[in-house]
Formats: sequence, C-alpha cells, structure tokens
Amino acid sequence: MQSIFYKDYEVVRDDFANAGTASSDIKRTLSTLGFQSAVLRRIAIASYEAEINLLIHAWGGNINLDVFDNGTVQLIFKDPGPGIPDLEKAMTPGWSTANQKAREMGFGAGMGLPNMKNVSDTFDIQSSSAGTTITMTFTEAPQ
Amino acid sequence: MKTDCIRDLLHAETTVEDSENRDFDSAFASDLMSDALAMIRNSPESTVLITGLCNIQALNTAEMLDIHLIVLVRNKKLDESIRNAARQKGIAILSTACTMYEACGILYGNGLKGISNAVNIL
Repeated sequence: MQSIFYKDYEVVRDDFANAGTASSDIKRTLSTLGFQSAVLRRIAIASYEAEINLLIHAWGGNINLDVFDNGTVQLIFKDPGPGIPDLEKAMTPGWSTANQKAREMGFGAGMGLPNMKNVSDTFDIQSSSAGTTITMTFTEAPQ
Repeated sequence: MKTDCIRDLLHAETTVEDSENRDFDSAFASDLMSDALAMIRNSPESTVLITGLCNIQALNTAEMLDIHLIVLVRNKKLDESIRNAARQKGIAILSTACTMYEACGILYGNGLKGISNAVNIL
C-alpha cells in the first residue's frame, strides 16, 4: 500500500474562529480526488469531531491526511497534551468534560469519540500526559 | 416539503435563499452539533437541521453532513460573513421567531417526519 497523496494541517490552540477549516478542506480535497459522497461524509464527520477536540480539549495539534493507492484514506490527529485521563469514560456516549466555550460552539454532547469510532472503518486511540494520537482509516466500500 | 413551504409555515425570514427550492422529507433539531453529527445518517441531503446555535459551527456541521437547509429558531441571525460562507457552500438558511419546540411541532404536524425509527413507529 503506497501513499499517493499527503497533506498536513496545523490546528492552532484556541483558534476557534477557524474551527472546522481543516475538515472542510479535507472534504473538498478528497472530493476533488474522486471520493464519493457516502465515504466523504463519514470522513468529514470524523475529521470535524477530531478537529474540534484538538481545539476544545487539547493544546492544538496536527492533522495528517494520507490517501493510499488502494483507495484507503488515513487520518491521524496528534496533539501535545494534556492527554485523556480515562479513555474508557471518554469513549462512553454522553460523557463529556467540555467547558463553557465548547458548549457555546455547540459541542460537549459527549459524542465526539464514539462518533469517530462509529463512522470509521478502523479506529485507534493512544493517550498519555504527553498527548493523544487518534488514527482512523476509511475505505470506499460500504460500512 | 419544499423550502418555501417550511418558510411559510414558520413565518420565517429567508437569511440565505434556496434558489432550487429543495424538497425535504425529515428534520432533526438540536443545539448540540455532535448530536447532529451522530444522528443524521440517512439521506442528510433531504434532512433539515433546526437549531438555536447561531455561529459558524452550525454551518460547518451542515457542510460536513451535506445538509442543505438550516432553520434558526428564536429569531437568531447570522452575521454577514457566515451568510456569505453559507451561500458559497450552497446551504440555505431560514430564521424564525418560533422556539425550537414550536418549530418542530409545526413542521412535524404538517408532515415533516423525524429521522429515527422510534419516531416512525409512533
């Protein structure tokens, strides 16, 4: 499996005005590359949730978009901290530690991580006080 | 249900016009965008997003989901930059003085159904 397209996005801490900009570009870019609406929507939902998390829970971070020659799309979200103390709770629908700012933006329903897992074909999350890395892949085939 | 019909039923103001006067068969209402992102799975193109969230994230959520119509309740208005962004993304916006409960009741009572199986079997 070989990468045929790569793009990196930086999400700046507390830059709420641009929340969603990277995910919008990812969706547009993949549409240009010929991906169909069903998989595009799944990718956009997961990307948007994860991008928002970088802003509201982490100290910013980076998004890596990789497209492989077999049609697989990989998204990696990596932040420098502070990490998720209890991953099991964080994966529970409805559980949230979002602050007032996040709620003003319409987030904090406690659905972010469960959403990402539900819409992706593979989902991996690693977290420590040094930061969190979420890796998701998507293929064109129906879920 | 056409956009024009939704506008008339809710006595809504057109904030961003739907030049195609699209047809919708369901709606989802929430101020929490993660709920919308989690719940709206089938045919988002024909689903209306009803919300009191009046910022760019409502628009971003609609874009991610391929939603074409947002109804803002409680007479909320978007600023010009967001209206322009909505035009560019092809997302129409209506603004009504109705509360969310009233807007949902009026549209549901006129045949615009919910999105869940639980609603469909009532």
